[in-house]
Amino acid sequence: MVDVPSDATVPLSTAEVEDVELYHPRSWVTKYVFSQDAKIIAIQYSLTALAIGLVALVLSWLMRLQLGFPGLVSFIDPERYYQLITMHGMIMVIYLLTALFLGGFGNYLIPLMLGARDMVFPYVNMLSYWIYLLAVLVLVAGFFVPGGTTGAGWTLYPPQAILANTPGQPWGIIVMLVSLILFIIGFTMGGLNYVVTVLQGRTRGMTLMRMPLTIWGIFTATVMALLAFPALFVAAVMMLLDRLIGTSFFMPSIVALGEQLPYRGGSPILFQHLFWFFGHPEVYIVALPAFGIVSDLISTHARKNIFGYRMMVWALVAIGALSFVVWAHHMYVSGMHPSFGFFFATTTLIIAIPTAIKVYNWVLTLWRGDIHFTLPMLFALGFIVTFVNGGLTGLFLGNVVVDVPLSDTMFVVAHFHMVMGVAPILVIFGAIYHWYPKVTGRMLDTTLGKLHFWITFLGAYLIFFPMHYIGLMGVPRRYHEIGDMAFVPASTATLNGFITVVALIVGAAQLIFVFNLAWSLRRGQPAGGNPWRATTLEWQTPETPPAHGNWGKTLPVVYRWAYDYSVPGAAEDFLPQNQPPDPATA
Amino acid sequence: MSVIVLFMVMMATLAGWWLSHQRLTAKPWLEVGVIDQAGDTGTRSPRIAKLGLGAFLAVAGSLFALLISAYSMRMSMADWRSLPMPTVLWFNTGLLMLASVALHSAVIAARCDEPASIRSGLLAAGVCSLAFLAGQVLAWRELAAAGYFSAANPASAFFYLVTAIHGLHMLGGLVALGRTTARSFAPTGDTPQASGTLRLSVELCAIYWHFLLLVWLILFSLLMRWTDDLIEICRGLLS
Repeated sequence: MVDVPSDATVPLSTAEVEDVELYHPRSWVTKYVFSQDAKIIAIQYSLTALAIGLVALVLSWLMRLQLGFPGLVSFIDPERYYQLITMHGMIMVIYLLTALFLGGFGNYLIPLMLGARDMVFPYVNMLSYWIYLLAVLVLVAGFFVPGGTTGAGWTLYPPQAILANTPGQPWGIIVMLVSLILFIIGFTMGGLNYVVTVLQGRTRGMTLMRMPLTIWGIFTATVMALLAFPALFVAAVMMLLDRLIGTSFFMPSIVALGEQLPYRGGSPILFQHLFWFFGHPEVYIVALPAFGIVSDLISTHARKNIFGYRMMVWALVAIGALSFVVWAHHMYVSGMHPSFGFFFATTTLIIAIPTAIKVYNWVLTLWRGDIHFTLPMLFALGFIVTFVNGGLTGLFLGNVVVDVPLSDTMFVVAHFHMVMGVAPILVIFGAIYHWYPKVTGRMLDTTLGKLHFWITFLGAYLIFFPMHYIGLMGVPRRYHEIGDMAFVPASTATLNGFITVVALIVGAAQLIFVFNLAWSLRRGQPAGGNPWRATTLEWQTPETPPAHGNWGKTLPVVYRWAYDYSVPGAAEDFLPQNQPPDPATA
Repeated sequence: MSVIVLFMVMMATLAGWWLSHQRLTAKPWLEVGVIDQAGDTGTRSPRIAKLGLGAFLAVAGSLFALLISAYSMRMSMADWRSLPMPTVLWFNTGLLMLASVALHSAVIAARCDEPASIRSGLLAAGVCSLAFLAGQVLAWRELAAAGYFSAANPASAFFYLVTAIHGLHMLGGLVALGRTTARSFAPTGDTPQASGTLRLSVELCAIYWHFLLLVWLILFSLLMRWTDDLIEICRGLLS
């Protein structure tokens, strides 16, 4: 017992925690639609993100059909293929992953896990969701404007993105940029809430070092996102001006379709810098919440305290800071000075250190733990394996000499899908299986869940392992159809067909999950308040699902850290954070 | 990109300084009982509001740092031709300084609880800010009249972009300032609670205006090309 006042064993009143004036909904509309309750906003965010994610899943099916069986579907011409790529990437990275981790899980878990009644600026929080929804609607509108969505690739590199012969002209790129600008404005509103709530909304006794790692992950990621998204904002505004009023921020003098365009002197490299200054932190904006959530899932379902809690916190912060100085490793092939390449390769490889610390700590938490193979645990284990796989190929690509030949091949596609596609998605599934009982009061069906897990997990490997090989064989990415190329063996075509078949199955298997979500809402087993027997505060609410205001009359007081599992001598194998110390044993 | 990296280093230093005061070396698994963190005393709502504004300023600061990064990167290219800066910008800079001073005097008045001085300070700040925006528009028109309103000229495109974004931030601030001014004239402004709220609003406005002034001074020195040598040195360091 360190640093603890001598009267610490006496249960304390919460009088010293100032209560906040809560917003009170007056009608059905203000309670469930224009709600300022973070829990409702979280559900709105999650459902919107999952819905648009399903759209992106269908887009990936269409792409795979073209890659596996070229020409089978005549609808997918080269133009449409580019549009599919662009929308799939953009939706998955920004509108699904970012929105779901920060807007969905952030909104639900931050107030509950910290013992707060709500976010500190509930009205701004509500605006955040509605602007996000507007951004999604504008994005979807791209499918219906003349010319369709933009086909510039998810990185939107100029000058291609603006030129008239890029698919989706004239409206696609405008719609896309406007949607991104809206998303960033909406996210900033939410992000300010998450940061200030973590800093000022914690209940009594919830010191920073007692916060669950989920909160540390979401908090760090939000800080990063707040600082990184302005780069995308600036880039989007400048490109919009280039497109609309003919400025030359990014557009060099260029001859397109046999015609000299009026642009002159812009710098496409400038766009790449701005884009990747956002783009690389974005990888960790998606990964850090996943890291945090996985730590909590593993600890809870292995009934063991997290190994190296302090290291985990420090590693999260270190990864967050480092991720701002590695952006140019996405630009090795842009013709940069070799010493820049050396610098960015070094920083990139240094990130492997805190990341490896986290992986070791997860494994050491599992070591001799009482592992329950529940659904969240299965997904968490799937994440660790997948993340290690994707991370290792990241070490390959972080080196300039390896990256240059592999750049723009399917190897890169396989790498980033493993590390920031499949891995975070597995965490999202695990987290939904874990917290669904708190959100709805009912368990998700286990049999369906296991079916969903095994198809998704094995399927992801059947898709992406061969894809690494295809990339090593030299199959380029972003090609509508490679046809006969002397340097590509014919076997890759067979593999591509195989990948497509698996991708169709894995995609369809997600319907099991959607069905499970809907079915269990009414028919699921009643969960009770704390089905996983977890320690963190969200499981200790007086009501399940938590009522408006979360905590009834008095706020909880926190007496211990979030990982008191299997404490020797304790009656239960878990001690909730708000359980006062036993005077007899203390 | 050296400017944004510099900004991020500043942010990281700030975050590191803050984190170093947060007992990050504690061993939470050994500590059972209530721990009250330093700074947990006092009323929460002013701290929450100031922190919220501070976080927003960090975001806005990042936005401007990125704009300046882009600007200085473009400026270092061979075909850069600077604009002649309209003299009205000097006048505008003075107006913005006056607005900041006026708001600062309003803060002092709010602390001493002198409603009349608060009102005059807020009004003066509002008038100066509106005059600043009008002056910026004048500068735009002057450049346009001289034939520089051309999308093909990167210097003028950047000039219009950075002044427009700075002006938009000021417009947003003016909404808050207008609401604060209205509150200062409200008849119920005499209760202790109302004067506390008013003081907080005045302080927030003042912080925001000081920030806008700082950003403008940096932008101004960049537009006037006083910082060229500095940028050259930074580039030399990086390459």
